[in-house]
Amino acid sequence: MKAPTKRRRAPPGPLDYTRRAWMRFVLLAVFVFLYAPLAALIAFSFNDSKRNIVWRGFTTKYYEKAAANEVLVEAFVNSLLIAFFTAAVATVLGAAAAWLLWRYRFPFKWVCEGAVALPIVIPEICMGVAMLVFFSRIGWPDDLPWPLNLSRIGIAHVSFAFPFVAFVVRARLASFNRELEEAARDLGAGPWAALRDTVIPHMRPGFMAGALLAFILSLDDFVITFFTSGPDTITFPVKVYSMVRFSVTPEVNAASTVLVAVTAAATALAVGLRNRQFREGFL
Amino acid sequence: MTAGAGTGRRPERQRGRRRAGLLPGFAALGSGLWFLLFFLAPLAFVWVFSFGRQEGLIDIELAWTLDNYLRALDPLYLDILLRSIWLAGLTAAVSLALGLPVAVGIAFAPARWKPLLLLLVVLPFLTNLLIRTYALIAVLRTKGYVNAVLGWAAEWLGLPFEPLPLLYNDAAVVIGLVYVHMPFMILPLYAALERMDRSLVEAALDLGASRARAFWTVVVPAALPGVFAGTILVFVPALGSYLTPDLLGGADSQMIANVIERQFKRANDWPFGAALSLLLIYAAFGTLALRPALARRWRGPR
Repeated sequence: MKAPTKRRRAPPGPLDYTRRAWMRFVLLAVFVFLYAPLAALIAFSFNDSKRNIVWRGFTTKYYEKAAANEVLVEAFVNSLLIAFFTAAVATVLGAAAAWLLWRYRFPFKWVCEGAVALPIVIPEICMGVAMLVFFSRIGWPDDLPWPLNLSRIGIAHVSFAFPFVAFVVRARLASFNRELEEAARDLGAGPWAALRDTVIPHMRPGFMAGALLAFILSLDDFVITFFTSGPDTITFPVKVYSMVRFSVTPEVNAASTVLVAVTAAATALAVGLRNRQFREGFL
Repeated sequence: MTAGAGTGRRPERQRGRRRAGLLPGFAALGSGLWFLLFFLAPLAFVWVFSFGRQEGLIDIELAWTLDNYLRALDPLYLDILLRSIWLAGLTAAVSLALGLPVAVGIAFAPARWKPLLLLLVVLPFLTNLLIRTYALIAVLRTKGYVNAVLGWAAEWLGLPFEPLPLLYNDAAVVIGLVYVHMPFMILPLYAALERMDRSLVEAALDLGASRARAFWTVVVPAALPGVFAGTILVFVPALGSYLTPDLLGGADSQMIANVIERQFKRANDWPFGAALSLLLIYAAFGTLALRPALARRWRGPR
């Protein structure tokens, strides 16, 4: 670890585990394990062969085929819509919860703090089952017009995503200097004005990070969507699930690649924002 | 609700008198109501139903019986329960074996590589679970990439080759679970190693320990809190996983979540499904509760 740049050729020091051959081999093997399946999925979506194993030239025809599949496109639009809804609502609720838990002391606060972590630790299948039971027993209407027919999935996604947002926003709030808000109040600002001009600007990167996290969590989810989608609502994972059950086809590869691209774009945005904040000395 | 908790010089009481406005009320009402209505209420339904009895197709009689829980002890279900624990434990063990070298590699890598390496660990985790599982199917199936590569290799060597049955068995489930949960192991291990005092390793080496001995007596104990955290963080979601055994497992590698799904979707025995869900939740909580105790017991060298 000491001056690794100067002594490139020197034998690895005792702490340079990363420079040992066997360590590099293990690292490489694990990263291949993590990435090869996804890389193959993306690569073979461009393969001009129905059989998914031999490369026969580049084509985008499976993307055209997927785009022409109306059900698949509808499912994709539905999933994106749910993800945007989840990001918006979960950010508001999560930020509100984080702010309350950070700002105030109240009786049984520890209970609330523990409860907020519940959706994170409860197994997904249990949450999915609970939502299924809940919506069918309270008689949540099944035949709502689009986009309200997605409301069950949207609500379920918000419920599991907003605690994550609360954690992100609360971590951000921890670095806020409370005397700023005090000063604003001393200078005559009302409670709302003081909050708007001191706390909320500080929270903003937390909002962004939280919203992107909620968006990604919503797109990433399969199990809860599977249990809350009604008989006539089609979302992307549920549609792909029914396709995957039958066979591995390049069309599914193409559709999956598009979803991976959307997630990657959201992640790149999140990382980019974080780096910018680093540079501006925010974090 | 109005007591400000600050660090300023002003006495607490005087600050507390300031009117907080309606905002905290709205914030509490919004987030609290949502949580109550769309999270706690659904769980309460499941809890109540777990004591019920299925009567006909949709009627559930609230009998306040423990029969559903006792039925989980039926050898058929107990077997699946134990296998779920076994598969999740195996997943945690394999993740640890693969994750520890990776975490050590990242923790001791040059500082400018670390963010990139960590991002590479997390990135696959952010893509849809179904897509990752589907990608694994394409790798492992009879005409998949692994068998194709092995087949070519066998042909080149002039050996006879039968495609290996890599899919639809317990091994495929464990591979799938490791694939999906790896970041949960690597990140806590990395966090523990990052906190380690590097001079301890140097001291061990100066005192004549071999590199392997320094690794086992200094680095591994320092990683222990991360080992516990990672093992628990992998074990808990793996125990409750539904999709991986469903798509990669065979008829006899079903896990507890698959049984739960069947009770709600096909077998239509909601009370029994609800009881199994609650047992799974209790198992998850019990496992998570082990962590602080374990962390207190083994602190690692300071």
